[in-house]
Amino acid sequence: MNTTGGTTFQGRRPDIRRRLIITMIAFGIPTVAAIVAAPLVGSTTIDLRRVLDRSVPISENVDAQIFFIARLPRTLAGALVGASLAAAGVVFQGLLRNPLATPFTLGISSGAALGAMLAITFDWTIGFAGLSAVPIASFAGSVGAVAIVYALSVARQRGLSTSVLLLAGVTLNAFFSALILFVQYFADFAETFRTLRWLMGDLDVSSFQPIVAALPLALGAFGLFATLPRALNLLSLGPDSAGTRGIDVTRAQRTAFFSASLATGAAVSVGGPIGFIGIIVPHLVRLLVGSDHRLVLPASALFGAAFLVACDTLARTVISPVELPVGVITALLGGPFFLWLLVRR
Amino acid sequence: MDSPGCALLSASDLSFAYGRVGRKIGPSTDTLHGVSITCAPGDLVGLLGPNGSGKTTLLRLLTGLLRPAAGRISIDGTPLSQLTRAALARRIAVVPQETHPAFDYSVLEMVLMGRYPHLGRFALEAPEDIAIARAALAATGTDGLEDRPFTTLSGGEKQRVVIASALAQLETDTNRGGARVQPCGSFLLLDEPTASLDLGYQIEVASVVRRLGDERGIGLVLSTHDLNLAAGLCRTLVVLKAGEVIASGPTADVLTPSLIRRLYGVDAEIAMHPRTGHLVVVPVGREAAP
Repeated sequence: MNTTGGTTFQGRRPDIRRRLIITMIAFGIPTVAAIVAAPLVGSTTIDLRRVLDRSVPISENVDAQIFFIARLPRTLAGALVGASLAAAGVVFQGLLRNPLATPFTLGISSGAALGAMLAITFDWTIGFAGLSAVPIASFAGSVGAVAIVYALSVARQRGLSTSVLLLAGVTLNAFFSALILFVQYFADFAETFRTLRWLMGDLDVSSFQPIVAALPLALGAFGLFATLPRALNLLSLGPDSAGTRGIDVTRAQRTAFFSASLATGAAVSVGGPIGFIGIIVPHLVRLLVGSDHRLVLPASALFGAAFLVACDTLARTVISPVELPVGVITALLGGPFFLWLLVRR
Repeated sequence: MDSPGCALLSASDLSFAYGRVGRKIGPSTDTLHGVSITCAPGDLVGLLGPNGSGKTTLLRLLTGLLRPAAGRISIDGTPLSQLTRAALARRIAVVPQETHPAFDYSVLEMVLMGRYPHLGRFALEAPEDIAIARAALAATGTDGLEDRPFTTLSGGEKQRVVIASALAQLETDTNRGGARVQPCGSFLLLDEPTASLDLGYQIEVASVVRRLGDERGIGLVLSTHDLNLAAGLCRTLVVLKAGEVIASGPTADVLTPSLIRRLYGVDAEIAMHPRTGHLVVVPVGREAAP
């Protein structure tokens, strides 16, 4: 995406202020461009000039209706989910000191999946603020998974054990997957089909309601992210090195864990467990800007938004009129990428 | 400003036990009892003791990473617990045995991380901080490595860069241009800094460490298993065994064959080496069974 910018600001210029400005512009422009361009693409071709034509009232402007009502919600949902998952990936990788960690490593997505599946299978009809039961149940499931993993990680000793966090998360992932299969055994075909579709990760958003509901959660998480980059740089040297450079290690780890979990839970409640965004994006960004989290975190949020919007546009159009779930596209791109990363290290 | 005695890192009668919640401490747990240690500006205090004697625990207490169960640690007479984490980090820095960053940082980025305790919550490093970082690189002889990825350095280079990062952390000066004011009453704790290095790198790191005390007046506490390193570098020794201080004082008084027998069960000869001008320890063999 920014291949020309890579060599000019990769770890060379000591002036962090300037690198930050260049990074924000270099990643901001493609993000805005993707969000504006994506709703123009689809089975019906529309024209941006006609969309923005103020002389025609919106009730008669078909292009504007398609742009703002039919396609923009889905694009914005993609941007919100992509930014949240990519930033959460950066934070989890820093917290766990493991470049291969993802937002789903700690079991959040499988907790969410269990919640969503229970809501689908048992046909829950709870609703809140115009939301249906599935996103609410999935968010509740991710909160439950986060609570269990956190309780385990602080149970054994003072402070927060990231190795317990990792092991508990991986185990919880497997356990929840078993529970999902167990409940699936009793589900009928239609319910199984819906669950499977949800698990693929899909941005089939047709109103602004889910975005409005998830936005405060995501904004809260991003507010906490803003306090983290320096602590993440130090934590990647190890907890003792971080502690002797003046940060409260346990508090920083707790903030990182809860903010990244919140962003992940909000993103999954909107789009399901869309895989690999949280690992592809941070690594591509690191190749371009280096490892300083003050650059990597905001750049990954922007690039994550652009990347998921682009993937979703591809998913909608590649075998049009069939609309693929975007999770299939990201997984097809992400699997080989992950393996390449593993060998490259 | 940097007259001797303007600051003192002192710990008296420290006790500490690693414990898990709701569990009794067994006798085998790494503990400290009634440990005292003092370090003045320019001092180079060596911390000796067998594995598990509590050297690392003592260093972690001195940095405020652990809180003592009893006893008191103070700097300039102020208890550590009354200082904020950042204020403490500006006075005491640590060089661990090894540093493995999880991500690739450049050498300059690594050294600049030492400046974080000097920056406001959302502040970015100013040109002055970069000047301090570069001066710290020059002081450790690593100024040519600035743009190299830290992970590609040799062991000795890595350790000198980590020392440079600690120096940048202790540099309190804000007046630019003129002569740089030495950090008064700052302390550097080194936890077996040469343990994973070969002989050439050991000497490289040791000479950097010696200069910090002599030229900059930084108080140094160095834990090591290397008796000859301690003999050559440290003017004072504190010897720990099973969590208690069994000897402390000037190196020439403390480092005796009987001490080494007591510590390691090894017979050793100790002699003044004419060319180096300090004691050398030659292990002769395992102490004969009684």
